[in-house]
Amino acid sequence: MMSFSKRTDGRSLTDLRPMEAKVGVIDKADGSAYFKIGNTAAYAAVYGPKQMLPRFMQDPRRGVLRCSYSMMPFSGMGERVRPGQNRRAKEISMVTEKALLPVVDIEKFPNSVVDVFIELPQTDAGSRCAGITAAALALADAGIPMKDMVSSVACGKIDDKLLVDLSYEEEAFDGEVCDIPFAFMHNSGKITLLQGDGVVDTDSLLKLFDMAKEAAGKVYEVQKNALLEKYKVEGDLDADQ
Amino acid sequence: MGEVKVSNKQVVIPGEILAEGMDYVPTGAAYREEDKILSMQTGLVEVSNRVIKVIPLSGPYFPREGDTIIGRISDVLLSGWRVEIDMAYEAILPVKDAVNEFVGRGADLSKYFDIGDLIFCTVSRVTSQMLIDLSMKDRNSRKLFGGRLLSIAPVKIPRVIGKKASMVAMLKNATGCKVYVGKNGLIWIDGEPKMEQVLANALQMIDEQAHTSGLTERVKKFLEKETGNKIGDNDEFQQKN
Repeated sequence: MMSFSKRTDGRSLTDLRPMEAKVGVIDKADGSAYFKIGNTAAYAAVYGPKQMLPRFMQDPRRGVLRCSYSMMPFSGMGERVRPGQNRRAKEISMVTEKALLPVVDIEKFPNSVVDVFIELPQTDAGSRCAGITAAALALADAGIPMKDMVSSVACGKIDDKLLVDLSYEEEAFDGEVCDIPFAFMHNSGKITLLQGDGVVDTDSLLKLFDMAKEAAGKVYEVQKNALLEKYKVEGDLDADQ
Repeated sequence: MGEVKVSNKQVVIPGEILAEGMDYVPTGAAYREEDKILSMQTGLVEVSNRVIKVIPLSGPYFPREGDTIIGRISDVLLSGWRVEIDMAYEAILPVKDAVNEFVGRGADLSKYFDIGDLIFCTVSRVTSQMLIDLSMKDRNSRKLFGGRLLSIAPVKIPRVIGKKASMVAMLKNATGCKVYVGKNGLIWIDGEPKMEQVLANALQMIDEQAHTSGLTERVKKFLEKETGNKIGDNDEFQQKN
């Protein structure tokens, strides 16, 4: 069994894969975004605040945030994923909602729902992180009041190396691997998503917190640029239409 | 003491820090958290003296007493009507605020307003639980017959109205259409079909460019080109933006 020495795509241990982001990609939605990191791409569409149905799920004290994560059939690296939500998708939908709820402020919209749909046409690990990042962007695009932005990226440990933004190949490494998705609120640095898949020691985990926070800061810059890009005034609008 | 970190007309995103220190007062989509002022939504900054305002560039309509809006009757009740107002909530139009004459118990209310009727009305009351009451008592309130109903983002409506109603006056005069603008983002127009389309295109232009300057001039040029008529140089059209 080989030990892990370097990344096959030439990245350093702290490099993220190339990222791109765009907002307003789905006209019909109240807000939408596309976020891609490496080969993992996520679309997010936001609808709301609107009437919450089924009625029994209404909360008279505040609006409800309802997230739905779904991978498209041939998006994954393994077998075809059956359309619709499986158990993994339901869990990811729940942690996505919990990752965004601390910043979303819809108390002024009781009994309503803000629906967030996340669809992934192509994945190469880090899909829930891409989904959360896209969802936060889509909420900002929709003008849903948010106290802060949320940026998400996964870090991990392979053998004795600590790295940022694992690819599917790295996650599948035949040895000791731990994959840890994070999500941070940008200003306060508070963590809104923290999960672990594998075995990791405390020292490494504490180092990973710092690495992840710095990496999430890079994701934030991409998110911010995507929002500002929409309102940039290009060229001369006064030119003859 | 204290420092403003952004400039007038700058686009900011949720969570962006606008100022530090206790000297400033947040308004619009800006809010205070301890000694910092931040933005809740993607919007345009407006700084004047000690007031820091964020004008949101997208987001849900929040009804206030006195707002004039457009609604569609969705149901006939015992002593009033239920009205759809393109929001997460439906409003109620009580019979006593809708009809001047005496209406006996058990009268057939559908002869005053029937399901599907469009009305231009005023918001008379909004509770913390978003129960909304409407009124037709205002002089300008009326049923709207025929015409065309358009919808733009509620946050762009002030731009459609313009300073001292200059923009909407220009749109009306240039196309000869009747125009009723609802603060909930619904706009009703009625005129000659070709002119209705010119007006619809002008409204789309305003929706897309609401955040830019020099818009009034551009809309004026567009209307002149489409209608073939020069627009009079009245004082109200000379105002920038």
